[in-house]
Parts: sequence; C-alpha cells; structure tokens
Amino acid sequence: MQDMRLDGNAAAGDLEQIFAFEVTTAIGTCANCGAVGAVGGTNVYAQAPGIVVRCPACEGVLIRVAHDGDSRYWLEMTGVRSLEVRR
Amino acid sequence: MSRGFQGRRREEGDSGRVPPGQYLVDDFPVLSAGPTPHTPLEEWTFTISGEVAEPKTWTWEEFRALPSETITKDIHCVTKWSKLDTVWEGVSVDTLLAEVEHDAAYVVAFCDGGYTTNLPLEDVSDGKAWIAFGYDGEPLDPEHGGPARLLVPHLYFWKSAKWVRGLRLSDHDEPGFWEALGYHMYGDPWREQRYWGD
Amino acid sequence: MAGAAVLGRLTWQLCEVAELVEETPQVKTLVLGAPDWPGHRAGQHVDVRLTAEDGYQAQRSYSIASAPEEGRLALTVERLADGEVSPYLADVLVVGDKLELRGPIGGYFVWDGEEGGPVLLVGGGSGVVPLMAMARHHAALGNGTPMRLLYSAKRLDDVIYRKELEELAARGDGFEAFFTLTRDQPEGWQGFGRRVDRALLAKVGWPAADDPHAFVCGPTGFVEAVASALVESGLSPGRIKTERFGPTGG
Repeated sequence: MQDMRLDGNAAAGDLEQIFAFEVTTAIGTCANCGAVGAVGGTNVYAQAPGIVVRCPACEGVLIRVAHDGDSRYWLEMTGVRSLEVRR
Repeated sequence: MSRGFQGRRREEGDSGRVPPGQYLVDDFPVLSAGPTPHTPLEEWTFTISGEVAEPKTWTWEEFRALPSETITKDIHCVTKWSKLDTVWEGVSVDTLLAEVEHDAAYVVAFCDGGYTTNLPLEDVSDGKAWIAFGYDGEPLDPEHGGPARLLVPHLYFWKSAKWVRGLRLSDHDEPGFWEALGYHMYGDPWREQRYWGD
Repeated sequence: MAGAAVLGRLTWQLCEVAELVEETPQVKTLVLGAPDWPGHRAGQHVDVRLTAEDGYQAQRSYSIASAPEEGRLALTVERLADGEVSPYLADVLVVGDKLELRGPIGGYFVWDGEEGGPVLLVGGGSGVVPLMAMARHHAALGNGTPMRLLYSAKRLDDVIYRKELEELAARGDGFEAFFTLTRDQPEGWQGFGRRVDRALLAKVGWPAADDPHAFVCGPTGFVEAVASALVESGLSPGRIKTERFGPTGG
C-alpha cells in the first residue's frame, strides 16, 4: 500500500497554471503500457521536488511538473503518447 | 501574510551550518516521486557500469561484507528543510569505486523505480559519498530509501538517491530525473543552486 | 455545463473568514467571503496557502463542502494532531481574518447531477466533505436521482454533518445515508459497526447491473481498499472516481 499516493486532482492546481483547458478530464494514453484513462484517475505523487503523475496500470511516469516557486514551470509529458481534450 | 501562522517548528540558519533559504526541522520528511519499491534482499544487487574496463556487481551479502562506517552529517533538501547531525551507516563509495578501473568524469546513480540523478565523479569520491544502509542506528526504512540509498550530504538531498542500485560512469554530464526538469545539474546548497540558471 | 469552472490560469485570491462552525470537536467549517468567486461544482477543491512572517509558506488542498447553489464557499477542515496547516485553520483563524486560496480546482471528481444515477458515495473520515457537497447539490437539484452515502467514521462523535445528513435522508428525494462506526458504537446503535469491506458495500451499494457511478474519498489506504472492492464486485472501473487525501486523510 502506498500511503503517499494521490489522484490526478492533486496535480490539477499546478497543471491548470500551465494548460488552458481542464486537465483532469483529458484522456491520456500511457506511452509505456498503452492504458487509456482520464488524467483525474492517475496516481499522483506530490510530496517531492515536483509533482509526478503515474499510470494507474503500470506506475510508469506520465507527466512531471516542477515549479521554482516563482514564475518558472517545467513540464514533461513524454510518458503520455497522446492526450484527448474536449472543449 | 497569514496572521498568527507559524508553520512547522523551524529556525532560520544563522548557525553557519544552515545554507541560505533553508529552515531547520526536527522530523525527517518523506518525499517521493513514486511508489516505494520493495526489492527482496536476495534479488538486490549494486552495479558499477558504463565507462569502466569491466562492470562490477555486488550482492547484498557481498556489499554488507565490505568495510562500512558510521557518519554524522547535515542534510539539506531543495524543498527548504535542513536536518542537522543525521547519523548514517554505510559503505564509502570510494570502497566500491576502488574495485573498478575507470577514467570517467561523471556518474549517474540509477535506482529501483527508475529514478536517476547525475553527479561529477569527484563529488562521490574522497570521502564525500556513501551507499547508506542504516539510519539512526536502525536498518534504513523503505520510505527513506531502504535497503540502501546514495548519500551525498554536501549537495541538495535529491542527489542522495533512494533505492539506489548502481552507478553508471560516463564521460559527460547527463541530467537525471529532476535535473532534466528544471533542477540544477550540480545542486550546491551553499550557492543555493536549486534550479537551472541559479 | 453547470457552474462555471474557470479555465485558464488560476490566480491566488484573498478571502475573508465570515463564519466558523464547529462540526465536531476535531472538525470546523470555515465559511469564506470571496467576492470574485466564480462558482464551483460539487466535488471540487481549493488550494489554501499560508504565509508566515518570515516568508515561509505552506500549501494544502481542501474540498469545498458547500453546494454550488449556496452561492458561498465553505471548507470543512479536520484538525490533524501533528498537522501544520489544519491546526491553524481550525484553531487560530477568527472571523475577519484573511485566507489566500485558489480555485475551484478539478473537473474529474465532480457530480453535476446530469449524469443520472444511481450514485454511490463512500467516505472515510474527512473524506465525507466533497461527498457532502454532492449530497447538498442533490437536494438542491431535486431531480430524484437515487444516491446513497456510506460514511465510515471511528465513533459517533466523529461523524461530521450527522444531523444534516439525517435530515437529507428523511426528505424522500432519493438520498439515503448509511453510517458505519469502526472503533466503537454507542448503546442501541442501529447502524453498521465495522470497516467498509466487500460485504458491507454489497449490502449498501447498488448492484453492478445497475451500472452506478461511485465516488470514494478519504485516506489513501481507505480509498484504495474500497475502490478495489468495488471493482471486484463488478463495477466498471471507469465509473469509479477516487479522491485520495494521503496518509492522514486530509
């Protein structure tokens, strides 16, 4: 059991600083295992130097966000093969 | 400013032991980028590979048979907490490096769960780094990196990679997990090297 | 889409504490005045940020307890014994103090009421907070969607919103509330008295054949165990939404 594990919601605050759309309802495909699901349904590890969003099926890294506490954000999404967004 | 808010018990550093921008804490916060791995000791190995004449691997028994020492060090996390006089038990990385022939300038520490971090080789040499298996007189807890973690106290603690399984030697500096995402390639707390460009 | 979920950059805004309500000895509701509040959806949360005199900052997320229809922002906070932020919110804040927050956040763990039912809400401890927003929204909508709340707490004194939940359940508008007390039960207790397990979920929840929506919220361990049990009982994983609060439960 992983006590520190949270849901996609936990990343929503920071991700919404970067994206112009509501991220947790976007549907992602995991580049590692091919699992498809809403970003809201992922496993989030937020007690770190940054936020790590992992695939609920394989725990592969989907998205990472870091913030310097000021005006810079870093976003890495190589773990997401594609993202489907509805406006 | 939030009227009356103190936050966790902390003191600012003017003692000369606390780097700029850090707060002292009494507890030992757990930070994690993923699920805690649980590799059975029978399967655990430590490997030095990469730019070496011949890679070398130790099993847990072989690793624990190596000379080890108890050291007391201050540690500093990039998320601003510092903890003084932490007591660790570990094998000096010098002991491990002595068993391989190499000419490398950099290392990447790799870990269960996929975490990596990069360092200049000289920052894990000459008594500056350990593979630590004990904390505060007990076997290192899995949530703090057990069975063994890299310990490099003179740099920000994200470089002290939890669940370490080896070092890959290289002739160039290759950014690890956080270094590729905005965190400083070197990470000297005394120069407050937290992020790119610091 | 009901209730404006503001897209784009979230900004930190300063709100004023308008009212403080003691729900239980460990739990307080903060009613906040937020003049530029854009409205919210049931299930969303806000991020609260506190700043000490020396500039030190701490940030935590709190679920919104009020229904969208109430036109106000209420947060219910459980005081954690060794918490850093919750003791400040529960014990130090007084009416008139300012609180910095951003939100509303989250479009996944929300119930608008248009999706149809039946709906199963399972909450552990303070995990009941976003579910309460959903229950209050259900009452305001009045469209009769079948909705059941299974609320797990240690003791009767720990049950937040008890009176209001009983009142909502008595309305006969499709909402029912079930309580399970896991540590001890008072004499004559008519509710359940054990941890939420597959059997209890089968008793209280909807059969898989009804294809219910499920919302599970509380400490991470609780949520993961309940979500697994629901999947094992045949519910479609895509219909189960979770909000894990972490080790201590928010």
